[in-house]
Amino acid sequence: MKKLESTLGNMVIVLTLVSLVAAGLLAVMNEVTSEPIRLQAEQKEQNGIKKVLVIGADQAVTVAPAEVKKVDEQEYTIYKVTDAQGNALGAAVKTSVQGFSPNLTVMVGFDAEGTIKGYEILSQAETPGLGANVPTWFQADGKGSVIGKNPAKNNLTVSKDGGEIQAITASTITSRAFLKAINLEYNALFGAGEAHGNTGATNTQK
Amino acid sequence: MGYILIIISAIFVNNVVLSQFLGICPFLGVSKKISTAAGMGAAVTFVLTLATIVTYLLQQYVLNPFNLQYLQTIAFILVIAALVQMVEIILKKVSPSLYQALGVFLPLITTNCCILGVAIMVGDGSYNAQGVEVGLLSGVVYAIATAIGFALALILFAGLREHLELMDVPKPLQGMPIALITAGIMAMAFIGFSGLV
Amino acid sequence: MSKLSIMMNGIIKENPTFVLLLGMCPTLGTTTSAINGLGMGLATTFVLLCSNTVISLLKRVIPDMVRIPSFIVIIATFVTVLQMLLQAYVPSLYESLGLFIPLIVVNCIVLGRAEAFAAKNTPFDSLLDGIGMGLGFTLALTLLGSVREILGSGKIFGLQMWSEEYGCLAFVLAPGAFLALGYLVAIINKMKK
Repeated sequence: MKKLESTLGNMVIVLTLVSLVAAGLLAVMNEVTSEPIRLQAEQKEQNGIKKVLVIGADQAVTVAPAEVKKVDEQEYTIYKVTDAQGNALGAAVKTSVQGFSPNLTVMVGFDAEGTIKGYEILSQAETPGLGANVPTWFQADGKGSVIGKNPAKNNLTVSKDGGEIQAITASTITSRAFLKAINLEYNALFGAGEAHGNTGATNTQK
Repeated sequence: MGYILIIISAIFVNNVVLSQFLGICPFLGVSKKISTAAGMGAAVTFVLTLATIVTYLLQQYVLNPFNLQYLQTIAFILVIAALVQMVEIILKKVSPSLYQALGVFLPLITTNCCILGVAIMVGDGSYNAQGVEVGLLSGVVYAIATAIGFALALILFAGLREHLELMDVPKPLQGMPIALITAGIMAMAFIGFSGLV
Repeated sequence: MSKLSIMMNGIIKENPTFVLLLGMCPTLGTTTSAINGLGMGLATTFVLLCSNTVISLLKRVIPDMVRIPSFIVIIATFVTVLQMLLQAYVPSLYESLGLFIPLIVVNCIVLGRAEAFAAKNTPFDSLLDGIGMGLGFTLALTLLGSVREILGSGKIFGLQMWSEEYGCLAFVLAPGAFLALGYLVAIINKMKK
């Protein structure tokens, strides 16, 4: 077969066909993968709630429907968790803050007194390498542990700002953002603030 | 205040080449002489600004309303390629002198990943807006500052490489290895800016 | 050229990273650990393999003047497919590679092989070339990732070799990428002599 000539007609036809096939293929792929992607996100959220409240993966608990609260333009999602007997185990709070790069989404588990039981980074857009070790640094065995501390009793800011938490080396900005998220979440959970229904829907977005 | 932070952060703290690793190919490829480095820097600034505006509008008014986010990569790269071609043709007609200065660099820009990278970050709103509202204005400021950061790194690096030419470098390190190591030391210097913002 | 030598060409003689020095952005940006380097390498291999084969199949029906735009569309399609698959089934890798997944589109290796090899050779040879180049890239990234991970945090593939205290953080950060790659290329230059 001879190679197609570069006439205007041929060029337009080929480019259009290539683009159409490409777009069609992508539409199909999008259809196929959108469900697993949604499930992944949901699964991650459920696991995150159990993890931050230090609940075994197989322990049966009831997670109350997500409660969306808005304080000073900042949006918080709160999940109250009770065990099988109906005893309150605490609450997991999720919010996004502006870090070194935006949208550092942090979920923190508080017990009834407000003591931090655990945390989880749900999404972060950090440049690989810089600030990427937030998920481990502030854990119980990390250098800047926040576990077991209480924002009401402990000064949860980085030591540079007079607080008692050691910032991640070379990532002070990310560390500040992370701690700010914890303090904001504590205030959202225990402080005043107008509740926005408990549908979990994102209708409170501006 | 926020805009100043965006500018400082994009030029020094999160330098596109030295800390985000975007646009490494031209950084290593066209940094043998300061004059060509300056030309490349100018060409990137020009195209990056235009490309960011066009792709942002495309994202806001075509991809988002029709739920076509999955076509982002393909649409953006085509827009950038077409834009580069158009800039080339227009420059040739309108300003031959500018064309002569920038012309040779334009075809290389399509595959410069800092253009697509910044376009995607601004389109998604996932760049560091330093508290300013994410939108066209802050996106464009971010794009221009990123491009200046790119040009700055490129010109500084070219200056160092001009001197390296005259140095007695051990044989296995000659050429690319010593250039990479120089870039590494530059990156280390730029880490010093990280407390600024 | 025998089929095997087409494949080996990309892995050793024309290794895209260490010899041709192409695709530097993902090479430096994603190799903070061996596993990330491996993931990025395999992701690029997938795109390279698909785009090389398809472009080689279509080479006769694409007019010369619209060659590059058509190639870019084909490559971008596979990159987006990959992006969706990773997001759906390997979310942890999707998150750690981040922006560098869509940027595979502008990786010089992919377009370069389409132009230099796939547009001139049979689909099967192009497939082999894609595999060879992809594996060469993967190997280089995994090596660089291992070096950085072990020097930076004393780990390899997440396995702690010695205490993290002895690690030099700079190797996980940006400067270490340039330094480690520079010295690796120098060692390879030395060995070739």
